[in-house]
Amino acid sequence: MSNSSKIFFKGIADVSPLMIPVIPFGIIFGVLAIDLGFSAVTTIGMSIIIFGGASQFIFLQLFSAGASSLVILSSVGAVNSRHLLYGAVLSEHMSDFKMIWKIIFSYFLVDQAFAVTNSYLKNNDDKNKAFHSFGAGVTCWVIWQITTLIGIFLGSIIPESLGLTFAVPLTFIALLVNDFRKLINIIVIIISGLISTFGYFIIPFKAYVIVAAVAGLASALVLTKFKVLNND
Amino acid sequence: MIEWSLIIYCGLVTFLSRYLMIAILKKEMFTDRIREVLSFVPSAVFPAIIFPAIFINDYGSYIEMNDPKIFGAIVAILVGYFSKNIIATIFSGLLSYWFVIFIF
Repeated sequence: MSNSSKIFFKGIADVSPLMIPVIPFGIIFGVLAIDLGFSAVTTIGMSIIIFGGASQFIFLQLFSAGASSLVILSSVGAVNSRHLLYGAVLSEHMSDFKMIWKIIFSYFLVDQAFAVTNSYLKNNDDKNKAFHSFGAGVTCWVIWQITTLIGIFLGSIIPESLGLTFAVPLTFIALLVNDFRKLINIIVIIISGLISTFGYFIIPFKAYVIVAAVAGLASALVLTKFKVLNND
Repeated sequence: MIEWSLIIYCGLVTFLSRYLMIAILKKEMFTDRIREVLSFVPSAVFPAIIFPAIFINDYGSYIEMNDPKIFGAIVAILVGYFSKNIIATIFSGLLSYWFVIFIF
């Protein structure tokens, strides 16, 4: 086996354990999309074109609520702004990658691929290191498409009376479990949640997601500043 | 069709947010302060999906206090808090929600 394929398979092996929690997400996404009236082709199309769990769930939620295109697009942008965080570390390690590789990785790099790519690139400077990111990214992609398809299939047999749309808020609660123990995060969560709940009827164009998110981030800005001052 | 063009635009936004960080953003652009604030993005964005999805029903009005969704969400938050496990959080919430709907 050549060195590059060895590194490719190492990428697959490294990311595999992280795929376990992804499986129910993909299935729930497929089931929900079908429940909400999207066709099978549109559903798998979303998983291929958007290829981002949180973005796709927000798309489902807002589209089925009748939000405008602009609101959906900006909400997806808001969710994705967390990706900018990873830039600092990754761009440094990938600066010698060819442009075409950067484009390919950008499509593949979901949160789980970021995590393993980051720790691999930190410790390895092999000339074939790009194959590690590639193996991790392809694995995430294949798992996401397969689980979406399983969900599409299950969605056509699972009755609507199960109320599976409730899985959307549960999915996002699950994504926040690591923040439940930090006081500032809890305050930000409550501020954003209250503004979106009460703003739902007041804020026009269903822009409550953006308004609440900006207010939450602004309160994080103030609260962390306050914490810094206290520590000095 | 508006659905497909919107999906493609959302795909582009998602792609660009990843591409920007790999291709354009440099480490020096991020002070510790910016990084700290950006780390709050999930806490600021996700509740704006979670809260209305729980407290507002399909007909666009507030739910009653004894709605099974509230019970399910509380169970999910507690399980998430103690287990920090993503799968356990989702399924404990769903199961407790179904328990109230179908068994009570």
